[in-house]
Amino acid sequence: MAFIRAFGSYVPSLVADNTEVAARCGCDPEWIRTASGIEERRVASAEETVAEMGARAALDCLQRACVEASRIGLILFSSGSTEQRFPGAGVEAALKLGLAGTPVIDLPMASAGSLFAMALASQLAAVYGEVLVIASEKMTPVVWRQPVDRNTAILFGDGAGAVLVSSEAGTAEVLRAVLHSDGEFAADLRLPFEGPLQMNGPVVILQAARKIPAVIAEALQCNGLAATDVESYLMHQANSNLIVRVARSLGVAPDKFYSNIARYGNTSSASMLIAAKEWSQVAGFGAGRYVVFAGFGAGFHWGALVVRGISF
Amino acid sequence: MPATIIGYAGLTGKVKVVMDLQQQIKEVVLSVATDSKANPSPSEALFETGVLDSFGLTDLVAALQKEFGVVIPDSDLRPKNFASIEQIEKYLESRK
Repeated sequence: MAFIRAFGSYVPSLVADNTEVAARCGCDPEWIRTASGIEERRVASAEETVAEMGARAALDCLQRACVEASRIGLILFSSGSTEQRFPGAGVEAALKLGLAGTPVIDLPMASAGSLFAMALASQLAAVYGEVLVIASEKMTPVVWRQPVDRNTAILFGDGAGAVLVSSEAGTAEVLRAVLHSDGEFAADLRLPFEGPLQMNGPVVILQAARKIPAVIAEALQCNGLAATDVESYLMHQANSNLIVRVARSLGVAPDKFYSNIARYGNTSSASMLIAAKEWSQVAGFGAGRYVVFAGFGAGFHWGALVVRGISF
Repeated sequence: MPATIIGYAGLTGKVKVVMDLQQQIKEVVLSVATDSKANPSPSEALFETGVLDSFGLTDLVAALQKEFGVVIPDSDLRPKNFASIEQIEKYLESRK
């Protein structure tokens, strides 16, 4: 049995609105909003590295959970945008948290990384006790690199999220996670070394719009639940138009899906946890209420995780 | 040559609407098109000319499944299968 104790996040203070991004890309600011739902995104400074943002999100999470960093038994660190090939940013973030000696596993999975890490954490908590999941992404240097591809440059932002998964106690119990991976479309969304982000948008949208509702339905079915039984959905913030279509496929109102993409853009694997932290401040887990997390990203990797609130 | 759905006189004596398959596909395309006043030719590239965008494509797949009673598997969810009315017709014929 595993529980969610708390979420945390960190976003840079520098804001880039659509007017600024449109000037970089040679497009209409209004087109960015209608194509994605994004109005602005955060941009990390040179000092705000993947590890630094991740450590700050983790500290926020630990403070909200009222748990000392020394109690962490394992760190799972998700990022598809680390500055170097190895080591991953996880060990540097752990060091910043004063956790030299604590085991760290890096998950270089891009957007689905935080969902996969949460699923792993819910299993590994039985062994490691308190498992800290961190997802941190610095995407703007990747997508604003010349020559700019406007189809990706408009979408992404920088930031980090975290969640503490415990074997002991929390505000929600993890019930079931369903994960899938399929390399058939691996070439349609990838970030080569030294190369620009390559995204075949129509393929990604087609596959995501089909696979996300399917895996959510699969995870719910495993728990004998229907989509309408769920209080809130916390999904990877890829595109507001995608979120609306996933909701439509499931037969639930789009407002069941918490969305903050207008303010942060797509922060890849960090997005779901940044959204979860905000959602926990305005709504949060109600006793006996079901919440579904869902992710989809390059690979493709995709999955869903069902939790049930156990306290207000 | 475009395929044709054959009409027939049923027991009531009424004749079902005979509709060209390409015309039927075109109506489905226009129901989800970015520009509802578009008038794409059978060979017109639906994305390049802006008749459909990425999200219109997801709506098109759902509409085609409903209209023609076909199941389009994940492995077939590739834009090339839905690039034009002719391509859609060819794909639907392959699913029979």
